[in-house]
Amino acid sequence: MAWLRLFAVFTRIGALNELAYRANFWVQALESVVAATTVLGAVAVVFSQTKRLGDWQAWELVALIGVYFLVLGMINLVLAPSMAKFMEDVQQGTLDFTLTKPEDAQVLVSVSQVQVWKVIDILVGVGLLAVAIHRLGEKLGVLEAGAFVVALLAGGAIVYSLWIMLATLTFWFIRIENILMVFWNVYIAGRWPVTIYPGWLRLLLTVVVPIAFAVTVPAEAISGRLSALRLLAAVGLAVVMLIVSRWFWTFGLKRYSGASA
Amino acid sequence: MTPLAAVGAGRHVTAAAFLRAGRRVTAILAAYPTLFRIALAVMIQYRVSGLIWMIGSVLEPVIFLVVWSVAARSSGGSVGGMDPHDFAAYYMLVLVVNHLTFSWITEIFQYRIQYGMLSFQLLRPLHPIHQDLADNLAYKLVNLVVIVPALVVCWWLFEPRFPVAWSLPYAVLALPLGFAARFLLDWSVALVAFWTTRVMAVNRIYYAILWFTSGRVAPIALLPGVLRPLAHALPFYYALAFPVELALGRLTPDEIWRGFVMQAVWVGLGAVIITTVWRAALRRFTAVGT
Repeated sequence: MAWLRLFAVFTRIGALNELAYRANFWVQALESVVAATTVLGAVAVVFSQTKRLGDWQAWELVALIGVYFLVLGMINLVLAPSMAKFMEDVQQGTLDFTLTKPEDAQVLVSVSQVQVWKVIDILVGVGLLAVAIHRLGEKLGVLEAGAFVVALLAGGAIVYSLWIMLATLTFWFIRIENILMVFWNVYIAGRWPVTIYPGWLRLLLTVVVPIAFAVTVPAEAISGRLSALRLLAAVGLAVVMLIVSRWFWTFGLKRYSGASA
Repeated sequence: MTPLAAVGAGRHVTAAAFLRAGRRVTAILAAYPTLFRIALAVMIQYRVSGLIWMIGSVLEPVIFLVVWSVAARSSGGSVGGMDPHDFAAYYMLVLVVNHLTFSWITEIFQYRIQYGMLSFQLLRPLHPIHQDLADNLAYKLVNLVVIVPALVVCWWLFEPRFPVAWSLPYAVLALPLGFAARFLLDWSVALVAFWTTRVMAVNRIYYAILWFTSGRVAPIALLPGVLRPLAHALPFYYALAFPVELALGRLTPDEIWRGFVMQAVWVGLGAVIITTVWRAALRRFTAVGT
């Protein structure tokens, strides 16, 4: 598990950097609270007019938003800053310094930057999940909890694979940071269960930008509506995407020509 | 000249000042065709970035369209007297009006100061807000190529019900006023960047308030509790949902009259805030850069 060790190292560096700017903690806390209030507020407004949204009830949606913030926090903690740094390195040729290190380059670029304060979003997500599970009562058994963890890991792997593939495109198109904005512009759709969307939009959110697997499927596990088949599909897709993204990364890396080129 | 002397000089001064002001306005207006041409060229050059930003602008109203339609179907066909076809019409117009009245100035102003771009802009004999206005209009014009097909697709998918509204012509009048109010207030909030580098948190709070009270999360008649009177007091409803509801004929003559008064009040307030804060901001500004 080389990546865990490297992640720990980069987290320590990230923490040391950030501890110099302690006020950032409060700024980030304020931003997270505002963001959570906004998203929950929208749900509250909708549920002030209706008791159910499709076959979802209010506390199930709070659980979904918990997953939304959990995944958001994980992306912003390490994936987004690391990918931004990687694309910058390719533009400037400083990726040389990464490639000469005696570790796997994909692992290195994936964890190289850790914005420690983004952990607040993760905490907000976990907090919302805890409250929602408590309010939903006895429904959460060991089986659901296990399914949730598996679904979350699969969703994380799918999102990671998508990001690394999008970022790998930078080997061909030097200035392509905007491609990651596609993800962020679509991610807002994950605040609602993708099952409520019409077919074409659900397809888009499952295949093109896989928010369905990242947010909705884990939330479904908690409310006990996730079928074994869907969970299996999520795990299967995660494995396939990890393999494909690895291949694509290796393929792209061959095009890198270094700083002196 | 002391203030008293200025009052004494009276008529001649006002007449001359009036002429000067007139010449100034003409000079500024004369710059606009060029500003707009440059902005248009830039927007076409960076069209892919523009398109990517449009994904969110189109997706957000579509999401709420779907959410409210599902909510209506889950509660026996309609909520607050609106059925899925009414929500379709409402959010399709929100999509258009939001596109036409939004600005991104709060997102970028910080970088102007941080990277010293503002120093160059200040050297020009023209207030930087004019370039921003030209950029804004150019972006909106270019990205109509996204808005129009999006509307056609929405029409086909969601079957909106557009009533024949007698107040539709008023919507055409309310739209530029709404844009003016929102643009001036966005620009005022952007100026916070002169005082602090942590504008992100300020922007988030501003947008959260805008989001709830403008009619984007819900038609404001459906807002619960204190949010509804708040929406009527703040400018964002008048900048966004007011023209939408005029086009749909959902307002009484009394509400229309009050809406236009509020628009005028907020445009006026926005202009006052922006001139005052801009003067104070320029006194604070220290150029940094190469």
